[in-house]
Amino acid sequence: MAEVLAARRGQVARVGPAPTDLVCDRRSTAGSVSQRACTFCGSRVVLYPIADALHLVHGPVGCAVYTWDIRGAVSSGPQLHRLSFSTDLRERHVVFGGEQQLEQCLLELIEKHSPSAAFVYATCIVGVIGDDVEAVCRSVADRTGVPVIPVSSEGFKGTKRDGYTAACRALEQLVGTAPTGGIAPASVNLLGDFNLAGEIWIIRDYLERMGVQVVANLTGDGRIADIRRAHGAGLNLVQCSGSTLALARVLQRKYGTPFRRVSYFGFEDMAEALYGVAEHFDDATMRERARELVIQEIQDALPVVQDLRADLEGKRAAIYVGGAFKAISLVKALRTLGMRTVLVGSQTGNAEDYRHLAVLCDPGTVVVDDSNPRELAAFLVEQDVDLFIGGVKERPIAYKLGVAFCDHNHERKIPLEGFVGMVNFAREIHASVTSPVWQFAPRRARARTRPAVPIELGTRADPAAGTDGDTDGVLPAGRPPAADARRLDPPPADPARGSVPLPGRQP
Amino acid sequence: MTAGTGPARLGGTAGAVPSPDARSAPAAPSAERAPRGGPVSTTNACRMCMPLGACLAFAGVEGTVPILHGGQGCATYIRRYLISHFNEPLDIGSSSFDESATVFGGEADLAHGIHNLVSAYGPRAVGVATTCLAETIGEDVPQILSRIRRDDASLPPIVGVSTPSYAGTHADGYQAAVAALVEALAGDGPGDGVTLLPGIVSPADLRHLHELSGAYGLPATVVPDYSDSLDGPIAAEHPRLRPGGTPLRDLARCGGNLAAVTLGGLAAPGVPNAGEALAGRFGIAHHRLPLPIGIRLTDDLVHVLEQVCGHGPAPWVEAERGRLVDAYVDGHKYVSGRRAVVYGDEDLVVGTAAFLSEIGVRPAVCASGGRSGGLRAALLAAAPELADLPDLQVVEDADFERIDALTREASPDLLLGHSKGYPTARALGIPLVRVGLPVHDRLGGQRLTHLGYRGAQRLFDQIVNTLIERAQDASPVGYAYM
Repeated sequence: MAEVLAARRGQVARVGPAPTDLVCDRRSTAGSVSQRACTFCGSRVVLYPIADALHLVHGPVGCAVYTWDIRGAVSSGPQLHRLSFSTDLRERHVVFGGEQQLEQCLLELIEKHSPSAAFVYATCIVGVIGDDVEAVCRSVADRTGVPVIPVSSEGFKGTKRDGYTAACRALEQLVGTAPTGGIAPASVNLLGDFNLAGEIWIIRDYLERMGVQVVANLTGDGRIADIRRAHGAGLNLVQCSGSTLALARVLQRKYGTPFRRVSYFGFEDMAEALYGVAEHFDDATMRERARELVIQEIQDALPVVQDLRADLEGKRAAIYVGGAFKAISLVKALRTLGMRTVLVGSQTGNAEDYRHLAVLCDPGTVVVDDSNPRELAAFLVEQDVDLFIGGVKERPIAYKLGVAFCDHNHERKIPLEGFVGMVNFAREIHASVTSPVWQFAPRRARARTRPAVPIELGTRADPAAGTDGDTDGVLPAGRPPAADARRLDPPPADPARGSVPLPGRQP
Repeated sequence: MTAGTGPARLGGTAGAVPSPDARSAPAAPSAERAPRGGPVSTTNACRMCMPLGACLAFAGVEGTVPILHGGQGCATYIRRYLISHFNEPLDIGSSSFDESATVFGGEADLAHGIHNLVSAYGPRAVGVATTCLAETIGEDVPQILSRIRRDDASLPPIVGVSTPSYAGTHADGYQAAVAALVEALAGDGPGDGVTLLPGIVSPADLRHLHELSGAYGLPATVVPDYSDSLDGPIAAEHPRLRPGGTPLRDLARCGGNLAAVTLGGLAAPGVPNAGEALAGRFGIAHHRLPLPIGIRLTDDLVHVLEQVCGHGPAPWVEAERGRLVDAYVDGHKYVSGRRAVVYGDEDLVVGTAAFLSEIGVRPAVCASGGRSGGLRAALLAAAPELADLPDLQVVEDADFERIDALTREASPDLLLGHSKGYPTARALGIPLVRVGLPVHDRLGGQRLTHLGYRGAQRLFDQIVNTLIERAQDASPVGYAYM
């Protein structure tokens, strides 16, 4: 039972006939080696792509160092976001406070770089040493005329999701502060797209071809002036729902702007997003343009994808990404390539997304929330995975075990959104899966001669489900489970944390 | 050994090696700081934080899993950063502080985290490093650790080290963790080898140190030794613990080794030194040398090894040295009089600058994010002729804004440093030869050999070829011979 810690058992499940309810959106278990970062990380990744803003990290130097130019979020103009600014607090600031240091840094950097706005990220110790960040921001904004926005992103304050919320609060302060003249009724803001490898430009092109105006990018290739008048748009399109859904809700409440959750990954979801926009504006011309666009793009892309699919058919995939909403699109996109998802999880998914994933995936698929390297490695082996989709921290886990890999995280250099992105995705996967190097990987050689050993997820049999030949609640691994396969046991109560209620799974 | 160089240039010898010769360190004037009136803010730091260095050190001890006492992000960011360099799995636990831990203390979370780590990994030892948050709220970590041990005697040894980011750099955290490891795990014992305590070097360097001391019949206890744990072969299974690391058995008897040799080890004032700790506790000889980069500094190490083992030169080491001198001669015209900017960890800057100087490349700027206060002195001790370069800029506590400005002023032919200097190299069109850590934008940072005659050979070839390639590309003829 070494693979899944007792305290985490409610966060790991195998898809069966019963609904898959994961415990999620909770703090990472101490000592579990979570793949998540912290509240600061959540705020930093959301705001980082705003290219004409000064992003000042208030704290000791580490937090700024590890987020220097960390995302492949491309700008068509200013590159200010790619610099790493820190107040670089030292021992004397910890003793005497860092407010003066913060003020001096802000004044100095605003003078040097003339940003359109400044974001000040509070890190762990800022509150502890008693800095009034808001007051400093207000005073500097008054003196310089530049909006200076505090981001309450102390790392310990919650999970990465709470950092998203803090970033949304910061953005909320900007929206509605500039006039909205010249904005057409058929107009949108793009929320939750970070323009990795230039992806937002693909989406903007599609929308413009449909006759839709894009007002503000939130936040990929973002500009402060656009964000300030984002309340003038007719609709908010929300991708990566975990990070910016809170902002969409606020904008709906404050300005009455409706929103739609979309994904631009894979043919299906990309087409659905465009049709949804036409639907929303209820415009026959726009609908027709969307239809023509989708037909034309798929006509160009499909032959390439089908050609690649021939080599990928039947391969088994694992997905571990930041948000579960993206994972849903990836499961569908993999299916377009003839591949089956046998392990799927995310750092910050919510219960609804996980339920959706479980419905989408085949029985036997393992679903994990806030997982760690040991679990992921164990399930890669158990599920006999051919391809892992993840980020930098997942890559060596896959490669060490001889598993192909596709980077679907911040550092990707190739756009994966849109119809053209689906072609790139297929090529990426094909290039890794079909590489001859795997012939030398010991696990591949061994897997041919030895079946995988299933991982025990529960400690006792589910009394409701009959135990013929399945006495310990273990499902057969590496293939679809038998008809009586069931969801695993509820986790035992963890005395340190209290028992975790698991709706719908009581015997 | 034919080189007429003396041993132990950095002073501080606690043992058998005579005190430094004429090339030894002058009384340490502190290195130049940012000029008064310079920026208050830091832009593009040239250093990482203390816990990163501590994690790197812990990852180099057999079966040891690091855990950080603080917020979850510290562990994850450091993992991501180091994974990008080593391309290797690296697990670091966290006590995952939340708001209540910040207010009431994180003892329960640290205990919980250590127990989870132990049950999941079955480690041979656990390395606990603190973060700014834990230190700022005033956690008494040594007390907490002793209570955790007292409450569960079945736990493996736990080594704690204080590493708040505001107090120093990753290099300081690394040195502090190595000292803590030695303090906690070293014992006396019969030993016939040497204990080598290198600053932050690559896995390939660590392997080469074993080879070098092996050439003199001296089994080396290298602390730390992440040559396998952070550069391991592909595996059939994901092992619970990374392979390799300094064997605990060797650590437990390294107090009985014939000598301890610190290689580099520049750190902020107050950071303990593992070699001094060993010398103090077990009375063994302790030699302080710069990182052995280039012929002269490798000669120093070889000289010490010869002295310790009591016999003459090792044939293959001599042969490598001979081939290196031969290569220097073959290539000298391509590098002679060229100027370079060197930046990165202080230890690496000292070794690299001394090497450049001996091949005829003039260091124009030697910059580091470190703040030992001893960078200039260490440079002059390692390469006394640098004192004759009036334009040489030696800068501690530098960020890349400063390094970029100095590079623009110096207009050098070459940059030597880690990946983070790439924006400067790109903007100025100056080639960057990657050394040190992090190498995030090239494959194989973990396999770069810097140390020994072998490392110098690799560096020399690369530098010469980088310059030749530029000349060749710029030439209207595109000549086919050198």
